[in-house]
Amino acid sequence: MFGYYLELALHSFRRSRALTALMIVAVALGIGASMTTLTVLHVLSGDPLPGRSGSVFLPRLDPRDRDGYDPYAALPSQVTWTDGVDLLHARRAARQALMVGGATAVQSDEREVDPYLVTARYTTGDFFPMFGVPFRFGAGWSAADDDGHARVAVIAASLNDRLFHGRNSVGRTLHVDGADLRIVGVLEPWRAVPHFYDLATGEYAGAEEVFVPLFTARELKLKRNGGIECWGQGRTDDDRIESSTCVWLQFWVQLDDAAAVASYRAFLDGYAHEQVALGRFTRPSASDLTNVRRYLDERQVVPGDVRLQVWIALGFFVVCLVNTVGLMLAKFMRGAGELGVRRALGASRRSVFTQLVVEATLIGVAGGVGGLLFALLGLALVRLQSTAAAQLAHLDGTMLAATFAASIVATALAGVVPAWRACRVPAALQLKSQ
Amino acid sequence: MRLDVLPILSTLRRHRLTATLLVLQIALTCAIVSNAIFLIGDRLGWMTTPTGVAEDRLMRIVVSDIGRRGDIHARAQADLAELRGLPGVEAATIGNSLPFSGTTWNSDVSRSPVQGAPATAVTLYYGEGLAELLGSRLVAGRFFRSDEYAWLDDHLQGKAPGPTVTLITRDLATRLFGDGDPLGRTLYMHGDVLRVVGVLERLPGAAGFTRDRANDSIVLPWRMVPASGGGYIVRAREGETQKALVDAVKALKRLDPRRVIVSARTYPAIRARFFADDRATAVTLAAVSIALLVITALGIVGLASFWVGQRRRQIGIRRALGASRKDILRYFQTENFLLASMGIGLGMVLAYGINIVLMREYELPGLPLVYLPVGAAILWALGQAAVLAPALRAASVPPVVATRG
Repeated sequence: MFGYYLELALHSFRRSRALTALMIVAVALGIGASMTTLTVLHVLSGDPLPGRSGSVFLPRLDPRDRDGYDPYAALPSQVTWTDGVDLLHARRAARQALMVGGATAVQSDEREVDPYLVTARYTTGDFFPMFGVPFRFGAGWSAADDDGHARVAVIAASLNDRLFHGRNSVGRTLHVDGADLRIVGVLEPWRAVPHFYDLATGEYAGAEEVFVPLFTARELKLKRNGGIECWGQGRTDDDRIESSTCVWLQFWVQLDDAAAVASYRAFLDGYAHEQVALGRFTRPSASDLTNVRRYLDERQVVPGDVRLQVWIALGFFVVCLVNTVGLMLAKFMRGAGELGVRRALGASRRSVFTQLVVEATLIGVAGGVGGLLFALLGLALVRLQSTAAAQLAHLDGTMLAATFAASIVATALAGVVPAWRACRVPAALQLKSQ
Repeated sequence: MRLDVLPILSTLRRHRLTATLLVLQIALTCAIVSNAIFLIGDRLGWMTTPTGVAEDRLMRIVVSDIGRRGDIHARAQADLAELRGLPGVEAATIGNSLPFSGTTWNSDVSRSPVQGAPATAVTLYYGEGLAELLGSRLVAGRFFRSDEYAWLDDHLQGKAPGPTVTLITRDLATRLFGDGDPLGRTLYMHGDVLRVVGVLERLPGAAGFTRDRANDSIVLPWRMVPASGGGYIVRAREGETQKALVDAVKALKRLDPRRVIVSARTYPAIRARFFADDRATAVTLAAVSIALLVITALGIVGLASFWVGQRRRQIGIRRALGASRKDILRYFQTENFLLASMGIGLGMVLAYGINIVLMREYELPGLPLVYLPVGAAILWALGQAAVLAPALRAASVPPVVATRG
């Protein structure tokens, strides 16, 4: 029976080619625009640490002076050197990492390649296990390496490819801005999207290419980059930034269950009160523990424009559907005579209805294929632009399946009203008017 | 002119569902297109914010020197002397920032020395002769004298006192001092006491806080070194920007072959990067609006053709009873006009509703009423254009059709 319906549908398409093409193009454009914008939204608002983001937290304190005090404003998302090192050494969380971004010139031990500038992250060793960063060769460094200012480095796959032609470079030497570091690990390609652990260096920045222990990097005076907020006599001079009244380091902790979160919260609160009592903090004691998702929401990382574009595209899709419903209605009514004949010859109302919905669904399938092509085209256009989404905008399996499903379901539903309307017309009336 | 509105309405009543769908489609199109045009205009306005600087002739080169050797001040001066000697270069300095360049240096200033007094966030501009080099117009007072400059790195290391003079923009002057004369007034910035010596027409910040506060900037008399955020800022001679950029990069490499050029961009390229997201949004909105209008036009063509096909006999009868081709043509045009009007009426209400949501979600200004007639005019024109071909086909139905079938 289904085969017969298909045959009838194809016959009907052939009879009104322009109208059919118009419906397919409308559905395809609507689907294509919606899927392009939804894919962009999907990649930009993804989970930066799949499976982990619920247990990674940002401890926050308020060490600023009383200038511009607003008890309702968000606490700083960075810490001072003193607080960062104190919290790091307290080791009250399962894992904790104190870090800052930077940029540094690198060169391999094969001196023929000119030094070039890469982005760097100066961090303590828990960065890798806490964020689940995968290693291709070797491993990260230990807390002892951190405390001992070990001259080691971990490099990204891209840097390993460029400097060491992708070979295992563990044990080789990396010249970093005049100092020699021993490579202990090479990462698999990895990046957190968004770049949640340091939004100031780019909300959708790629991962850094070289990782150096924080204390080692400070000792070597490697170049620091990123956001810095000072107050009072705080100065941004890199040489004395450790003692400045500035927040410039990011501190993240891993807390695996509710009990650990509660106990860390209590610890942090105690720390804040202690600093107020010591007179180091002049504002009323405040502390907070923010998880990754809440932090990204708070900072409104996903550009509002991306959401706006999704709404516009969905509105466009609705218009395309309304358009298709109207055209389908016209088309079905035009074929009403034929339907009357089929009804008179004994086809039930239900079978006529089913046949018309099959016809609508077929338009949905064709619209889905077209929509996919339009979405691919749309994403190619997005990649041409220099926006945050440019490098990330690729269609994945989920979106692909969603494109088809949305197109078919939407058109089938769009076909219901016209089909119901067309099969309700009394058969005798239609025959008579012939 | 005789408009046969009543018979049209009674016909439409017999095609209630189809007519409703068309009205709905026109309404949605009208609502989305009016808002899209408004948003595009809003973005274009922001993207073309004037900076008051000689945009076409400016460029910035950021370098990273490997290792720290020798007298950093002497090296910076030597670099600048070399750059200034290039044939295509008119002026060169080391500065911290450019309008709409993304990397922003902020602080806040207050009119009162009291801690906790209300403060205004401002963008900071540093660099010897930076305001003059950029071409920012002075509307009152003077630029800095050369003896007022000090090295920023000396200050950060405690070897030089803080600044005592500042240039502010006219917008900021109005915000801080109202209509009073800002020259000679004092500003307090975290312990520094600044006397206003000059007022610039405008100088938007690197990130431009919000649009109405884009020009809240001050200039401080710091000499910079090409480290900690400082970059070479060069003004080329008329028409020699590209060549000057290439030559300047070569010269900097020649002076220190081991230095890494982090970025070398002309100002238009820097500015384009800053507004990339806005441009992408404007392009998307424009593309969707055009597609929407095309789809709606084709929908009108489709439905009108269907109606013409369905009413061939009636048209034939009307023609046989004496209606002219023009009458038939006008009938379909009027029908479309009525449908479009209903759609536009509904669409304006929808447009207004969408705008209210946008205002709440995206902090956009209200939709100026002028956009509504614009949207209406576009849809009326579109409807008439789309219905013309089917209506002409209807008008060409011969009276003899009435006698057949």
